Amino acid sequence: MNAPAPTHRLLEGCEAIAEAMVVAGCRFFAGYPMTPFTEVLEHMSRKLPEVGGVCMNAESEIEAVGMAWGAAAGGVRAATGSTGQGLSLMQESLAELTMARLPLVVLNMARAQGDYFQATRGGGHGDYRHIVVAPADVPEAVQLMQLAFHLAEVWRNPVLFFGDYYLAHTTQSVDVAPVDFGPEPARDWALDGSSGGSGHARLLSPLGDHKQRDDVGYDLSTYFTRVAAAVGTMAATVEPLVEVEACDDAEVVVAAFGSPARYVKAAARDLRAEGHRVGFVRPITLFPFPSAVVAAAAEGARAVAVYENNQGQMIDDVRLAVLGRAPVQFIGGLSLDGSGFGIAPDLDVDVMRARIEDVLA
Amino acid sequence: MSAGAGAGDKVLVRGTVVIDTELCKGCDLCIDACPPRVLVMTEGGVVNGRGYAYPQLLPGCTGCRACSQICPDFVFQVYKYATPIELEVGP
Amino acid sequence: MSTSPPSHPELRIVPTDAPPDIPARLVDDFTPRLIDVGEHHLCPGCGEPVAMRTILEAVEEVDAVQRAVAVFGVGCYTAFSNNLDVEVLQALHGRAPSVATGLNRVRPEVLIFTIQGDGDLANEGLQEAIHAAARGERITLFMLNNGVFGETGGHMTTTTVLGQRTKTSVGGRDAELHGRPLQVAELLAGIDGSAFVARGAVNNAGNVARTKRMVLRAFETQLSGAGFSFVEILTMCPTGWFVETEEAPDYIDDQLSPVHPLGILKEA
Repeated sequence: MNAPAPTHRLLEGCEAIAEAMVVAGCRFFAGYPMTPFTEVLEHMSRKLPEVGGVCMNAESEIEAVGMAWGAAAGGVRAATGSTGQGLSLMQESLAELTMARLPLVVLNMARAQGDYFQATRGGGHGDYRHIVVAPADVPEAVQLMQLAFHLAEVWRNPVLFFGDYYLAHTTQSVDVAPVDFGPEPARDWALDGSSGGSGHARLLSPLGDHKQRDDVGYDLSTYFTRVAAAVGTMAATVEPLVEVEACDDAEVVVAAFGSPARYVKAAARDLRAEGHRVGFVRPITLFPFPSAVVAAAAEGARAVAVYENNQGQMIDDVRLAVLGRAPVQFIGGLSLDGSGFGIAPDLDVDVMRARIEDVLA
Repeated sequence: MSAGAGAGDKVLVRGTVVIDTELCKGCDLCIDACPPRVLVMTEGGVVNGRGYAYPQLLPGCTGCRACSQICPDFVFQVYKYATPIELEVGP
Repeated sequence: MSTSPPSHPELRIVPTDAPPDIPARLVDDFTPRLIDVGEHHLCPGCGEPVAMRTILEAVEEVDAVQRAVAVFGVGCYTAFSNNLDVEVLQALHGRAPSVATGLNRVRPEVLIFTIQGDGDLANEGLQEAIHAAARGERITLFMLNNGVFGETGGHMTTTTVLGQRTKTSVGGRDAELHGRPLQVAELLAGIDGSAFVARGAVNNAGNVARTKRMVLRAFETQLSGAGFSFVEILTMCPTGWFVETEEAPDYIDDQLSPVHPLGILKEA
């Protein structure tokens, strides 16, 4: 048996995620303890000062996102996070700092999968979009975390990292090597005081990006329209990421995201090995949703089945993508441990098999 | 102004102001703020383009900047004379 | 004689339409250097532009023009976020202290101050201010206190004084119904981490000058690394108080400052 490459280490998900953030250049993190996000904050508290960064244990979630806002405004790679409930608290700020066009990575270390709507529809007010990446395992989390910082920088838009309890506390062999994504735009919008007195002192605001210098003030219509156009370009340009397996001749295509998708994939492979024509599709970017690929995967299938650990949320996006090519059936549901953190009876290949077999029948 | 001042009386004037009358919103704060009480608001329907009465200057300004510092609408520019002058009060 | 129409024929009006033609020194310009345009749509007699002038003059006086960031909350004063020649970071209602904190931790050399109202800081954002003070955060918070939510039309805040009529305390603030006003400067002065806490007002020239000195002391506290500074500034709001503009300065002396007394509450 070959020994793993020297760069691989056995790391618990929460630590690997923290290390990936540091490797991606994150130098400011603010958070408030809440399960299962807490350990990410613990690791960042230890790791960031080692590289000259700052980690704040904020006094509340709203203050955490505020601090991350301020740090990002200063031109530093910044991140914050919580679990779903904490993100609920942060929503006004998340919506508004998106309008200020700030790059920020936001972690949801979620409990189960009921936060899909919050993540993709935006739990906040107004018309904004966040890119959402949903890793299924620790190695993928490390890659997607670095991608998240890159996309946030390129598009001047927050990127939501959708993890969960299972991911946080699974230990896997990972290589946290930095990924080079190529050149990124200069942060000429960032604040450090230096443009003061020039007649063109910088402004970073959800209401506008340049000083009107008159008695009229902000022109929200023009600014919001410009931001919407930038978001539209982002939505159309960012490559949706998706994993597809064995869908070409599939009778039944099963869709899932995040940690539970590993069990769905294993079940699909087992059934395929027994001769059933089962295909598997796993959206990795939940926004932009890989609609074209999901639609193509459904082409020729008798049914599309969606597993998710909630009452049916991603299934809406799957139905929209499939657009009647095949009936879309829900094979998920709430599956929780006693504490509600998402370590669930459903996370079992036999359970997933049975669900898919029901659709095959 | 001093009740006893009459035509021909002179007063020492240490400074003066430029008043951007069109910016004024008629709030009257400068009138009370002025220590030598040499600002008076226009009366008798005399108003600026926005319909507000505005301040006018009487002899006796000391260039103390109370008006410019209290004015919410940035109406005043204040000068201090190199050498104080004398002006007659009254018409 | 004056070139404007004579409205006081019994008085001698001095011409004020042009700079003097004898040797003179400009001692105060229309706007301070760091306010771009003087014209704004705030109410006649509003004290907030007076406070803004005082603060922006102080930024210049401590020589921080090219290393200052103003973090704005949301209120009538937000109009100035659009019109200053210093860098501006706009935050949400109540949230300027946490945003200022994040910026401060990554740009500690910058003079960072917030511009907030009483509704913003003492209502929505009280915990943010308390926590910034407790942390001894090296930022300066300014609370422009007019005892009302001005921008929404004049509603009760936690600093509104007993008997003060607002649209949500129409009969006057009543202790039984509405509770008692919060003294924010006292609250923050009582916190260990705060290094300089003061309350000024802009209702007369003397108070403006005293407030300017408080602002300068606050900035010096920040720049010297001594810690957290807070200056509350009582500002006139004749619209919110249902008084004539010329009565508003007295309203501060008679109604507000007895409850929110002027002075330096804490210094390093």
